[in-house]
Amino acid sequence: MWAILSLLVENKPGILFKITHMFRSRNFNIDSISVGVTENPEFSRMTITTFGDEKQIAQIVKQLDKMIDTLEVKELDEHKTVYRELSIFKIKLSNANDSMEINKLANAYGGKIHDVKKNSMMVELTATPDQIEAFQELAKPFGILEVARTGVAALQRSGA
Amino acid sequence: MAIDLVNKMETMTGAKALMTAMEKEGVKEVFGLPGGANLPMYDEFARCNIRHILTRHEQSAAHMADGFGRVSRKPGVCFATSGPGATNILTGIATAQADSAPMVAVTGQVPVAMIGKDAFQESDIIGMSNPVVKYAFQPRDASEVPAAVRKGFFIAQTGRPGPVLIDIPKDVQIGEAEMTFPDEFKIRGYHPWADPDVVNVEKAVDMLLNSEKPVILAGGGTIISSAFAELQVIAEMLMIPVVTTFKGKGSFPENHPLSLGPIGMHGHAEANKIMTEADCVLAIGTRFSDRSVGTFEAFEKRLKIIHMDVDPAEIGKNQTTNVAVVGDVRVSLRIMIKMLAKKAIKQTEENNWLKHVKETKEYWKENLKLHPGEMGAAKILRKLRELLPHQSIVTTEVGQHQMWASLFFDVIQPGTFFSSTGLGTMGWGFPAAIGAKVAKPDVHVVDIAGDGSFSMTENSLATAVLEDIPVIVFILNNSSLGMVAQWQRTFYKRRMIGVDQQHCPDYVKLAESYGAQGIRAQSMDELDRAIKTALSSDVATVIDIPIDPEEDVLPFVAPGTSLSEMVLPS
Repeated sequence: MWAILSLLVENKPGILFKITHMFRSRNFNIDSISVGVTENPEFSRMTITTFGDEKQIAQIVKQLDKMIDTLEVKELDEHKTVYRELSIFKIKLSNANDSMEINKLANAYGGKIHDVKKNSMMVELTATPDQIEAFQELAKPFGILEVARTGVAALQRSGA
Repeated sequence: MAIDLVNKMETMTGAKALMTAMEKEGVKEVFGLPGGANLPMYDEFARCNIRHILTRHEQSAAHMADGFGRVSRKPGVCFATSGPGATNILTGIATAQADSAPMVAVTGQVPVAMIGKDAFQESDIIGMSNPVVKYAFQPRDASEVPAAVRKGFFIAQTGRPGPVLIDIPKDVQIGEAEMTFPDEFKIRGYHPWADPDVVNVEKAVDMLLNSEKPVILAGGGTIISSAFAELQVIAEMLMIPVVTTFKGKGSFPENHPLSLGPIGMHGHAEANKIMTEADCVLAIGTRFSDRSVGTFEAFEKRLKIIHMDVDPAEIGKNQTTNVAVVGDVRVSLRIMIKMLAKKAIKQTEENNWLKHVKETKEYWKENLKLHPGEMGAAKILRKLRELLPHQSIVTTEVGQHQMWASLFFDVIQPGTFFSSTGLGTMGWGFPAAIGAKVAKPDVHVVDIAGDGSFSMTENSLATAVLEDIPVIVFILNNSSLGMVAQWQRTFYKRRMIGVDQQHCPDYVKLAESYGAQGIRAQSMDELDRAIKTALSSDVATVIDIPIDPEEDVLPFVAPGTSLSEMVLPS
């Protein structure tokens, strides 16, 4: 199963290394990770998505919780969570209609257009990982030149 | 030294602050080896009340600190320089982590401005040690040193103990700052203890009382939290037989009628047998390691498991449990005792399970085939037990002798037996014995050794002699890497590769060359005399006992099999 973990950690050098090292040394895998400072500069928020069975996810949470530099570790319920990922696609333009078609597709997914050139254009898309992957599938026939993704950032809804 | 009396601040160097802070923690001894990057802290030994004990290798310094820590239950301290000094100490740190031993390792580091420049004797010890430390500090300014020491000692010895590394760049050792030594401090992400959930203890009690074939499995956590009395009270109240893990060996007196000894790969036959027949286990302070439980799945379906541990991450890590009680196991057991006392429960000896347990124990006492020769491992270790006072501390090296010690050396006084059980570090026993003797100078300390394992840190003889730390090294000498040889005999059709030590060196002469006492014992009479001589000597003694290189450790549960598939002596 896919899990979204939200961590509040000390904003100190070396913490990201310790967190990712725990995943490596205990034979778990990080699917995506995003890190940024919080409203309080003493803390960073890490959002990690990972795969595993129920027992593995529980063990990941416990091992993260045990680390002295983590202040809070939560497994988020994706139905009660706002989670988004920013992605940027560079897509090939081969035919005259391509830019219009891609524009339509991007609009359908709430994307923004950047850097339209003769042979390529860029689409910025902020969405859930599923939506980004769906967009990627549809954009594939045009020819995807490059993709950059940030990994998921997530917060639980209030009262959830 | 300038003293600001108003703010109680003192201006001093980072090195001086390190020693001052350690004195405040009650440190009396440091095991270590100097080098370029820790010279400023070494210079402070001239001006403080901490004794420096010089080792001949940093790994041994760490093992000495580890042995000291396990016996005193306060962090043992070791010092090493940067680069190779730090990497040498790493095996010792990993050993302490695997066995949850309290330790503070202090390494020198190249100056801050040189970090990352591949400087001479630079190693990224913070990065390298990350998975094997409980926590690590690298003060970047002298003023950060006192808090690192205070927090480091606290973290090392609280909750589930473990090693803490303090890596101090040379310029931070030399640099001056106004120092405050805080009594109070906060580590906001650290929660070493939980209060045991009383409801779960209640459930555990019900489960135990409703089972027909209960057993207690006592692990190393029982020893770490000194829950000896509590364990014995519960076992006797409920008349439940007690097996242990190897790390938990000696948490319960092994001459007690309810004691069955360690389970596991080289567990006692009766312990493995009863473990596989039980319907409910109270597991105390154990991580259900593969060496202890084999493939547990084989019988866990009918086994109800109650798991008590201070570390919440151990619950469900290796073993799914029916009831979990998170908290210091001594506290949890005390709650359990109170509940049982309220219920006025007192089991009698008259039940079928206990009768069966006793019969099983008797059967194996009489029917386990031992080596027929005069100098078989069982006879040798039983002789040692006969002559060694019960309060003596015993450490072991790693290998066949260690497993024979598990099988044939009964620990009578709880908390007097220590071994590298998790990492299985050859060379641990001797330096750990030295550390143990420093922690408890008034008792005898014996390292039950094999020739292969002892040779890894045998140069600690220099420390034992020069620092006047008279421990006894008791070598069951089969002139081979015996455990590997046993596996080659068993699993590789007797293709013996890389295991023959060819009687090199002569351990009596080796001991003598260091100024220690060396005695060879080739018969039981000689052994008797050798042990008595060693116990009455005030110098470190090596007893070299030649044994049959073909003697195997049996019973044996092969890796990947279950305890019920135990191989017995034929």
